Amino acid sequence: MAAVAHEAHGHHDAHGHHEESFVSKYIFSQDHKMIGKQFLTTAVFMGVVAMLLSILFRIQLAWPGESSDTLSFFLGDKWAPGGILSEDMYLGLVTIHGTIMVFFLLTGGLSGTFSNVLIPLQLGARDMASGFLNMLSYWFFFVSSLLMFGSLFVETGPAMAGWTIYPPLSALPQAVQGSGLGMTLWLLSMTVFIASSLIGSLNYIVTVLNLRTKGMSMTRMPLTIWAFFVTAVLGVLSFPVLLSAALLLMMDRLMGTSFYLSDIIVGGEMLTNHGGSPILYQHLFWFLGHPEVYIVLLPALGLSSEIISTNARKPIFGYRAMIGSILAIGFLSFIVWAHHMFVTGMNPFLGSVFVFTTLLIAIPSAVKVFNYITTLWRGSIVYTPAMLFAIGLVSTFITGGVTGIILADAALDITTHDTYFVVAHFHVVMGLSAVFGMFGGVYHWFPKMYGKMMNTRLGYAHFWITLIGAYGVFFPMHFVGLAGAPRRYYEYSATYGYFDNDSYQQMMDLNVIITVFAIVAALGQLLFLFNFFYSIFRGPKAPQNPWRSNTLEWTTPVEHIHGNWPGELPTVYRWPYDYSKPGAEDDFIPQTVPLAEGEEEH
Amino acid sequence: MGIKLITLVVIVLGVLAIAQLMRVYELSSKLRKTGENEISNRDNKLNAKMMLGFMIFMFGGFIGLIWKYGWVGRGDAASVHGHDLDWLLNVNFIIIILVFFLTNFLLFFFSFKYVKKPGVPAFWYPHNNKLEMVWTIVPAIVLTVIIILGLKEWGEATGDAGKEAVRIELFSKQFAWEARYSGKDNVLGKFDYKLTHDEKNPLALITMETIDLAIDNMEHGPVGIDSLEHKLNNRKIILSPEDRDKMRKDLKRKEQLVRLLYQMRNGHDDAMDTTAWDDFIQRDTLYLCKGQQYEFNFRSKDVIHSAYFPHFRAQMNTVPGMTTRFKFTPDKTTEDMRKERGVEDFNFMLLCNKICGTSHYKMKMLIIVLEEEDYNDWLSTKEKATFWDTFNTEAPAEGETEENPAEENQENT
Ligand code: HEM
Ligand SMILES: [Cu+2]
Ligand SMILES: [Cu+2]
Repeated sequence: MAAVAHEAHGHHDAHGHHEESFVSKYIFSQDHKMIGKQFLTTAVFMGVVAMLLSILFRIQLAWPGESSDTLSFFLGDKWAPGGILSEDMYLGLVTIHGTIMVFFLLTGGLSGTFSNVLIPLQLGARDMASGFLNMLSYWFFFVSSLLMFGSLFVETGPAMAGWTIYPPLSALPQAVQGSGLGMTLWLLSMTVFIASSLIGSLNYIVTVLNLRTKGMSMTRMPLTIWAFFVTAVLGVLSFPVLLSAALLLMMDRLMGTSFYLSDIIVGGEMLTNHGGSPILYQHLFWFLGHPEVYIVLLPALGLSSEIISTNARKPIFGYRAMIGSILAIGFLSFIVWAHHMFVTGMNPFLGSVFVFTTLLIAIPSAVKVFNYITTLWRGSIVYTPAMLFAIGLVSTFITGGVTGIILADAALDITTHDTYFVVAHFHVVMGLSAVFGMFGGVYHWFPKMYGKMMNTRLGYAHFWITLIGAYGVFFPMHFVGLAGAPRRYYEYSATYGYFDNDSYQQMMDLNVIITVFAIVAALGQLLFLFNFFYSIFRGPKAPQNPWRSNTLEWTTPVEHIHGNWPGELPTVYRWPYDYSKPGAEDDFIPQTVPLAEGEEEH
Repeated sequence: MGIKLITLVVIVLGVLAIAQLMRVYELSSKLRKTGENEISNRDNKLNAKMMLGFMIFMFGGFIGLIWKYGWVGRGDAASVHGHDLDWLLNVNFIIIILVFFLTNFLLFFFSFKYVKKPGVPAFWYPHNNKLEMVWTIVPAIVLTVIIILGLKEWGEATGDAGKEAVRIELFSKQFAWEARYSGKDNVLGKFDYKLTHDEKNPLALITMETIDLAIDNMEHGPVGIDSLEHKLNNRKIILSPEDRDKMRKDLKRKEQLVRLLYQMRNGHDDAMDTTAWDDFIQRDTLYLCKGQQYEFNFRSKDVIHSAYFPHFRAQMNTVPGMTTRFKFTPDKTTEDMRKERGVEDFNFMLLCNKICGTSHYKMKMLIIVLEEEDYNDWLSTKEKATFWDTFNTEAPAEGETEENPAEENQENT
């Protein structure tokens, strides 16, 4: 195994392998650090695309029917004739925005980047269990990103059935033009994406289970690793179900089967399909879909645990309870899926069961929040940009979490389902929390990934603009939803403007506010992009352990080498959270420092 | 084009400006010999204060929104169970808003208060089982209350409708709603999508006559089997291979459907036909009676839609291939609601709330709730507009004249 070979020529090698070609180092790399960076750059690109799409449809929502230069600039005459967004493209933009954000930015990007970079480094491993599979995982991700991005340029438009692509709408090109080639590409892309995710996850699981260095017992692992581990398990158990859902849909589309179709007349054509059930698709989709929420969220929570503990200079409060909650959330996330289906005509008793299980999840989530807050209590907080984002995450996790209680209550979901209240809820709890976690992770581990420092002041500016923008967008959105605005509506004058002008005025006022904040927040991201790319090339050189942190990744040299540690692998003697331990000289004790005489392990 | 150029130039200049600022900043911090990772006390304090400031902005904004748009942002319900749901929403809102304020306050306040002060070390406090028990058990108790209250309402809202409830079918298709009242017998006639005939039987009700019409249409209609076969076999008509292929498929489909239709005809018992004949169909406007319970049966012709009645606090998906149900009792007339809101042109409405295609956002139906007397007046205007009447009297639309279903039906009855 590669790891063994490296022991032999260990420290002569501080500058990596000179014989490595450009291609094998930067493109078809099998090194987990490089693969992590590849995931990150691809995800950043996809994230920018998705953000841009959201600005485009937000312009339509705030100023419906008004000609906009921005729209005609990006969409041209075909999709924005006269600078007015076409109805179909509106649905296309919403669909691709959602898909990219959830799967490409926050699944591929977040867990792909940080699982890759951190799992071997924080466990004291030379690399992932299989470097080759790891490389495949990235290239599958890359191909699926290209397919998804490419689908935006299809003649009949991208998929237009919402990111949940419920059939029959997604199955029948007669129903909406995006369900033609656009949907085929969507399904292909997701199939490749799922393959990538599965390969990656299996690799993470095996690595965590087998490649921990000496002394790194499971209960000494940083919470990041716990989070990545449980995330990978969730992925392995749930993504295959999405794959089967997608395959059945493909068969309905291409081979005339009737898994999801029954008794349909569309576009004047009477179909012969009989006996299928569109609800079956929803069960399959949400069996992945709900765990997916936690696949997105857990890594972010893991990253922020590490960041908060380090920068509060305090051990994370209730380490074991934190592990327990991660496991509980992971388990419960598999038995709540039908809370997305309360008003599908599902048996009301079944609905009751899902109300119960869903509300149970609130308990471990609450425990996590309280533990974060207690970690801050009487800390000695250092405000690095990463710390700011981690605190932002805790705030959005609370704010989005509490509205989940409303939606989980089936009786209340009757009126809030599929309104903007839902959109606001999941953006805050999943979108913002995960994005904040991701930003925090990038600021915190940038020195490790690139050997350079990002600019702190720009980081501050970026954070405050993002936080204010984020709340400015999503707080008012709750009220749009409560006023009764359905989601995926191109505009509201045809309905509310016509029947209920009061509510209409409320929606329109708020929609303008939301869009303005969204544009400000989006421009704020330029600060990040600039800081990120500028620092990669011109940032000041990073010290070895910039944040005075305990975990193993900071014991590796700043210059990346294949195999991570020049000499022997480090040995671990303690948990990773010995910050400000009484009696210690420094306010941190790296995991590689043996217990002093008479010292107790926390 | 001008705008694009200017935008581009502005962006480029912006990036250059930031780059310059960065350079200056970097040089100055090099002089000070501090790295990016050394956070100065000033920066720490500044961010701590911003945390507190942000909390005030956030809480203020939230209270401001409530102030301006009303406590949960919507008007009163107009149905019996709607009032209960609004009550439940209020209870839940009070709970979550308390939690929201409390935990966010602790978070931001601690972030402000416990910022690094030189010389003051952090407090070593890795765990406390008692505390952790407390904040596991307290949420559990609160959630139990929420669950019990919620399930009670859920049970009532989704329970079966009473016998006296009036049955109405709401039929959805891209992009319109149609309603079918169950008529005098309060029983909705059965339907089968294969019987759909756009002019004469849009809701595909089953009677012997409608089956015959469908068979006839399928065999001899303008795009029926006969005409397809004729086109395919006629050498004078030149078809592109794709068109030919499409037509063959179409033919196969129709042959299959017509076989099923004959099966249906053989098994059909026309004793039930009256349940369908006395139904009547209502487009554009749905009339309801105040204080009357309704059981709605939902159907879809093509894709999933969702029947969303925001003011009645009701929603149910319509799913092709299956029937879904939801019941409610309006308890305010349109007039009541206009007075209550002080808006003269207010109306109740039915929307579509499941993405269903291009004009999803325009798929709607006006609802008018009347006092019993007015409602009965309206009902009486419908006595001569039952399915039987429309099926037998309406003249077929242009271009469909080669068949004369009216005559055929006479034979059958
Ligand atoms: C600039 C920031 C963002 C803005 C202004 C924004 C806005 C919106 C809006 C208005 C919708 C349309 C909802 C609808 O009509 O159904 C939407 C959909 C969605 N967004 Fe975002 N969003 C932003 C960022 C994000 C992020 C970070 C995520 C990551 C989780 C995300 C995930 C989604 C998803 C999953 C949907 C659902 C799409 C659908 O319903 O088909 N968004 N977004
Ligand atoms: Cu869920
Ligand atoms: Cu619809």
